[in-house]
Amino acid sequence: MSFMDILALIIPAAIVSAAPLIFTALGGVFSERSGVVNIGLEGLMLFGAFTGAVTIYYGEQFGLAGAAPWVSFVVAMIVGALFASIHAVASISLKADQVVSGVAINFLAAGLAIFLTKKIFNAGQTPVISQRISKSDIPFLSDIPVIGKLFFSNAYLTSYLAVFVALIVWYVLYKTPFGLRLRSVGEHPMAADTMGINVKKMRYVGVLLSGALAGLGGAVYVASISGNFTHSTITGQGFMALAAMIFGKWHPLGALGAALFFGLAQAISISGAQIPGLQDIPKVFLLIAPYVLTILALAGLVGRADAPKALGTPYEKGKR
Amino acid sequence: MQNNTNKMKFLVPLISVFLGLLIGGIIMLISGYPPIEAYAALFEGIFGGSYYMGETIRQMSPLILSGLAVAFAFRTGLFNIGVEGQLLVGWLAAVYVGIFVDAPAIIHIPLAILAAGVAGALWGSVPGILKARFKVHEVITTIMMNYIALYSTNEIIRNFMLAPGERTENVKESASLASPFLQELTDNSTLHYGIIVAIVAAVIMWFLLWRTTLGYELRAVGFNQHASQYAGINVSKNIVLSMAISGAFAGIAGSMEGLGTYQYMTINAGFTGVGFDGIAVALLGANSAIGVILGAALFGGLKIGALNMQAMAGVPTELVGIVIALIIFFVACSYLVHWLMNRVNRGGKI
Repeated sequence: MSFMDILALIIPAAIVSAAPLIFTALGGVFSERSGVVNIGLEGLMLFGAFTGAVTIYYGEQFGLAGAAPWVSFVVAMIVGALFASIHAVASISLKADQVVSGVAINFLAAGLAIFLTKKIFNAGQTPVISQRISKSDIPFLSDIPVIGKLFFSNAYLTSYLAVFVALIVWYVLYKTPFGLRLRSVGEHPMAADTMGINVKKMRYVGVLLSGALAGLGGAVYVASISGNFTHSTITGQGFMALAAMIFGKWHPLGALGAALFFGLAQAISISGAQIPGLQDIPKVFLLIAPYVLTILALAGLVGRADAPKALGTPYEKGKR
Repeated sequence: MQNNTNKMKFLVPLISVFLGLLIGGIIMLISGYPPIEAYAALFEGIFGGSYYMGETIRQMSPLILSGLAVAFAFRTGLFNIGVEGQLLVGWLAAVYVGIFVDAPAIIHIPLAILAAGVAGALWGSVPGILKARFKVHEVITTIMMNYIALYSTNEIIRNFMLAPGERTENVKESASLASPFLQELTDNSTLHYGIIVAIVAAVIMWFLLWRTTLGYELRAVGFNQHASQYAGINVSKNIVLSMAISGAFAGIAGSMEGLGTYQYMTINAGFTGVGFDGIAVALLGANSAIGVILGAALFGGLKIGALNMQAMAGVPTELVGIVIALIIFFVACSYLVHWLMNRVNRGGKI
């Protein structure tokens, strides 16, 4: 197996694995930049996966055919935002401990999704969907020598969408007044309040956006990778997205890079057995790599990562 | 005022449990299950005979220990979400000693439990050290350590301890907590001596926190790091120590599964959930030893009763998971409960 063959095997797989992580991590960026910790990403992603599987299944029944996955993405975003609103109410209006509330969201999403799956389908899992996002070669770009084969062939459209959304999030956060307000609320809410920014409103927007993007991440996972929803569909991808966000230093493009990197780690752990040289490395090292790397990143060994300053603290007007 | 806060300490959990069950009932109603029948089956599944009581108490022992682990960290201002991972390494360590060491029961059992505690303490102290040395928030590191524990323990079982059925051998009889006496007493339930270990651990936590200098220092750091620093307390040392002790409780919770309930360790596809339930138990128990025992009794009962609820009323066991999530949620939003109480009180007066 030549080096190019290995790359051709790994890189498309990495890009596929990364897409759900990218969406969810970008959601995390919105929430945490506004100053609200969102441990609940895992649960939001899980509920998005459930919503996606159900919507695609019924979409197929109603004859949506190839459009079913795309409809499911919209539905999963709305449902994700609604679900995240519980976390928003608790942590912003009711001043709950944001970490505890996030933990509750994770429990609630897991319980509710499987409860509803059992109720709707009388089984522990949804039926496998037939309308998936299909793999395709991008016209023209895939004809570019070397690069075309690696990056633009045999990949899902959702992966490119994920990269595109990352660019949009970067633009929104760093080039628009809205982004400045959102970030200011996460850094120094009192100063922002003094300048007439509605702290609570901005934080609600941040958390709802994180719910929408995490929901989308879950639905994309179902439509491109798993094909149905069971209790073991989302096991840790949401936390991995959280890790990607931190590894990417709370920056959309950093999160994009980290998610791609974690996607690579996942792809290698899935297809590593076929690659000479990697066959001998126990799979476990590749499985734990994203988590170990995140810990190292946080310890400052990969450069300092500074969280938004007001992260995790409820804002109370007039309190210093 | 003091009296009032004490009253709230009891009322918040009670109201949270009530609201959790209420909303659980509403969810059942909307999704077409009979809530009253379901809850009747649930409670019958907790109190309906000595077998159920035995199962509930058996379920309580790991929950008490994981609850103590979370509560201990909370008391010292830390949030240990890593109980799940510490439990897994503790479970593995206990089973390892249980299988590969030869000793009479009087030495073997304490040794296996000690191994679990030490393994959990070491695993827990990593986030502690990172927090003390690099100011890394323990919530993220403990979550990451959970996944590292899950994959690593599986790999170790797969490579060194594998028996048919994707699991390890059974532990030797001299390391087993199983008790024919307790089983007979409770109509052949799987009750084992672990509950004694759990209650002793609760007493130890209470004594350590409230009757020793170390406990005073740990609580002081939890209250106010800067003031403690100023008063000459070594904050870094206390953070590491607190996470280690918390991890030790979690590791011993793992030994309950390894030496008591299962007698072996499986290759786990996912987390056991016991560590996460510990968060709920600790929150509900207001981080006190006695509260943790009561909280564990509630959640242990709910988990066992859920099986009966599914059998009798056809309601999926996940409903109990939803109720537990809602209870955590309402405890976290104690502000809401305070506000509701004030509304009710004022309504009564005016």
